[in-house]
Amino acid sequence: MTDTTAPVKKSGGIRDLGRMFGGGTSGLRQFGILGALVLIIVIFQVLTGGKTLDPGNVINIVRANAYVLILAIGMVMVIVAGHIDLSVGSVAAFSNILTVIILKGIDSAWVAPADGAGAVSKGVVMSLLAMGIAILIGVVVGAWQGFWVAYVGVPAFIVTLAGMLIFRGANQAVGHSTPQTVPSYLGYIGGGYIPDFPPYFPFSNGTVILGLLAALAVIWNEVRLRRRQREMGAVMAPQWVSIVKVVLLVLVLAFATYLFATGRPGTSFPIPGIILGVLVLVYSFVTNNTVTGRHIYAIGGNWHAAELSGVNIKRTNFFVMMNMSVLAALAGVVFVSRSLATGPGDGTGWELDAIAAVFIGGAAVSGGIGTVIGSIIGGLVIAVLNNGLQLLSVSSDQVQIIKGLVLLVAVGLDVLSKRSGGLSLIARFRRPGGDFAALDRPDVPPAENTAEASARPKSTVPNL
Amino acid sequence: MGTDAPAILEMRGITKRFPGVVALDNVNLTVRAGEIHAICGENGAGKSTLMKVLSGVYAYGSYEGDIVYNGETVQFSGIKQSEAAGIAIIHQELALIPELSITENIFLGNEPRKRGGRGSIDWRAAHSRAVELLARVGLSDDPGTKIKSIGVGKQQLVEIAKALNKNVKLLILDEPTAALNESDSQHLLDLLRGLKSRGITSIMISHKLNEIEAIADAITILRDGHTIETIDVSEGGVDEDRIIRGMVGRVLENRFPAHDGSTIGEVFFEVRDWTVRHPLVAERLVAKHSSFNVRRGEVVGFAGLMGAGRTELAMSIFGQSYGTKISGQVFLDGQEIQIRNVEDAIKHGIAYVSEDRKALGLNLLDDIKTSVVSAKLSKISSKRIGSIDAFKEHAVADEYRKSLRVKTPTVDEGVSKLSGGNQQKVVLAKWMFTDPRLLILDEPTRGIDVGAKTEIYQIIRRLAESGAGIILISSELPELLGVADRIYTIFEGRITDELPVAQANPESLMRSMTSIRKKDVA
Repeated sequence: MTDTTAPVKKSGGIRDLGRMFGGGTSGLRQFGILGALVLIIVIFQVLTGGKTLDPGNVINIVRANAYVLILAIGMVMVIVAGHIDLSVGSVAAFSNILTVIILKGIDSAWVAPADGAGAVSKGVVMSLLAMGIAILIGVVVGAWQGFWVAYVGVPAFIVTLAGMLIFRGANQAVGHSTPQTVPSYLGYIGGGYIPDFPPYFPFSNGTVILGLLAALAVIWNEVRLRRRQREMGAVMAPQWVSIVKVVLLVLVLAFATYLFATGRPGTSFPIPGIILGVLVLVYSFVTNNTVTGRHIYAIGGNWHAAELSGVNIKRTNFFVMMNMSVLAALAGVVFVSRSLATGPGDGTGWELDAIAAVFIGGAAVSGGIGTVIGSIIGGLVIAVLNNGLQLLSVSSDQVQIIKGLVLLVAVGLDVLSKRSGGLSLIARFRRPGGDFAALDRPDVPPAENTAEASARPKSTVPNL
Repeated sequence: MGTDAPAILEMRGITKRFPGVVALDNVNLTVRAGEIHAICGENGAGKSTLMKVLSGVYAYGSYEGDIVYNGETVQFSGIKQSEAAGIAIIHQELALIPELSITENIFLGNEPRKRGGRGSIDWRAAHSRAVELLARVGLSDDPGTKIKSIGVGKQQLVEIAKALNKNVKLLILDEPTAALNESDSQHLLDLLRGLKSRGITSIMISHKLNEIEAIADAITILRDGHTIETIDVSEGGVDEDRIIRGMVGRVLENRFPAHDGSTIGEVFFEVRDWTVRHPLVAERLVAKHSSFNVRRGEVVGFAGLMGAGRTELAMSIFGQSYGTKISGQVFLDGQEIQIRNVEDAIKHGIAYVSEDRKALGLNLLDDIKTSVVSAKLSKISSKRIGSIDAFKEHAVADEYRKSLRVKTPTVDEGVSKLSGGNQQKVVLAKWMFTDPRLLILDEPTRGIDVGAKTEIYQIIRRLAESGAGIILISSELPELLGVADRIYTIFEGRITDELPVAQANPESLMRSMTSIRKKDVA
């Protein structure tokens, strides 16, 4: 089967190109957000006279925003399922203070190994331990919130509003409202870099190897996909699409590798970036390719239908809420290990950053729509904006106003383009044919069912 | 009704395009003043689109062609303008707010103001006007009643009252009787006749051909976005077959597939003494000591009026998705089974196709392939981590697309884009994919066109012939008589009769559907 000769509609190829940035049904929509991100980067690159894409600055953006992006991963799942989580900042703050106190307790009992390698291994062990403790706290806190949302049926908005107060208070009770220093060996999680090793070049070896591995993974993935498509006799994109796609991605990776590898001596790709990357891969897989992921989208799209399709709604909601708290705790560790201090003010306003990232990234307020990749891009839009405005010495009051307007305009544009005739601006390129008006109509269940619907046990999904 | 009456509405050469598809292609429609004009066509023929063009939902400029209303060319840019001109459209899905009262709904957006009161609402005037309007549509309910506490038939009438309040000249009804039972439908049709005698013109979209035959003065038939013909009923010779011929472009000889009961095996599914309580009002029994059974390869019909508890009975068996304090026993292959939730039900091979595919059957955000596999993801995912095989998913969905003849280019298309009949096929595919031994179909042909109905009957038959047991819940007696092998009648939560189809006729069924027969009164 030679694809190049097969007559393939042009839109098919373009669609495939769009799909590589997130896949699934909302592919090209993310393509649009990605376009916006690129545009913003270019604008700031010009305005700042090249400072935006300076290696040091790029590394800094990743280090400073990894925690928000980690939160966005959990938040998009919560929002897709039709909920919201307002407590993530407080949960992170509570988890931080508890983790640090426990860690200090362990530290005082730590006996360094005699062989002198103690300093390194202690840092590694303690870092892993810190993450482990934070995750455990996240599980417990998340189980608490998940219980109220999923099994009692209190809307997540209320449960997490309560959680916001409860865990903020718990943070202050545990930490006596005083800031605590964080042991410096934890700094590696939030502030560390991929270590360099000999022979030394003017670039970071570790980062280059990581870049190469990523490029190989991209190529291998595409080859495997095409082989599988051939085996299954599925409709394949023309070969040029695959090649363009792989070349594009490899170029982007090469550029990123160049940026991260050529920063100040001693810097390279940051560790929080690696943690983030792993989480993005894992959660993209979970949301796109697993039964659990499907169930999350099903609940957010139409929980009645999901329930009647055998989806265990309670279990899925519980998982989603718990997962969010775990990621909040993890984001907290990444954050404090960079600032090396934790206190009663940790994590204030985090929930809003994460929620903004998710909505700029194309999620629907009513649930059922949104992707991990989209939210990451949305988070990066905010991050680059923040960073660029700072580089331009715009004062923080103005930065806030601009960020607010960007959120409003991003979602507003989408709403407007939907109203003026069917699908969103971007999706319009994608879907030929069909009754577009059907999407405009609010899906009011026919009246005969309202009695029945209200007669059912109260939904665990609030109508936000 | 003279054909010489002046035309109140002329739509000339209407063409409406959506990206990639022409929904209406040079459609012409002439409606004479004071007539009841029916528009027929299969789903996707363009009926609703045409009405949206007329009512300004699709603004002037987004379509080609002219609309001449009352002798003047009109260019509506929105529904407000068409309303001001006296055109009111009543959608299939009613636009009433359940938590508000009848009066509040009638005057919503059009509230009578107190003189000099600077915008405060004159509820007294509203109330007395509401009483008046309700009387005109034959309702005697208190206008303070909340919409949610009146039935769907009455809600329909409230919609009409709302239109009357706006001084409607041309009333458009999209499938007005689709959700109504016989007597409510009859009442509505009588009302339309009454409005006609007062000079109000009606355009009615309907799939119920017997109603059209009974009420319409003229019938315009659309097919695939084209006007096929306009039939003047007064000329005579119009019957259902005549209309169907126009709609599908061929004569549908056998609307129901032949069956002789030769495939029917032994009883494999049995329900005994099944009692279900209303989830909120525990003293209300929604199903009362119901016992029934299903044989392999058999289509069992459940006949009953709306509200008889057919859906509730079915859903309570399907993983207790309705009702509380359910008592009774379910036997599968002679073994008693416990079905605590929908997962259990699916595991035991029970499937339930809901009567409301949009609210309960589909996630309208999904594409076709996602919908098809959604009730049994375990079949296409790995056991260990539950990762879904996208290729298998696509292949499986594509197979159903072909075998059920879903009209769509690919299974990547969103289900919200499909017509009702094709959506229903997707829902059927979704449940066929679960390999059901017992398939419960709740009004599977509601709101879908004649052609698709016939296809669905054939699918039902094929499933039965492959050994599955089918429960068919339907409000249409001809459908039950044509498809089922055996029929149970249900009245007020009680199974009142059981008849082999050979012994059943519409009259006998209707009797058992409306009264409790002696033999079943314990």
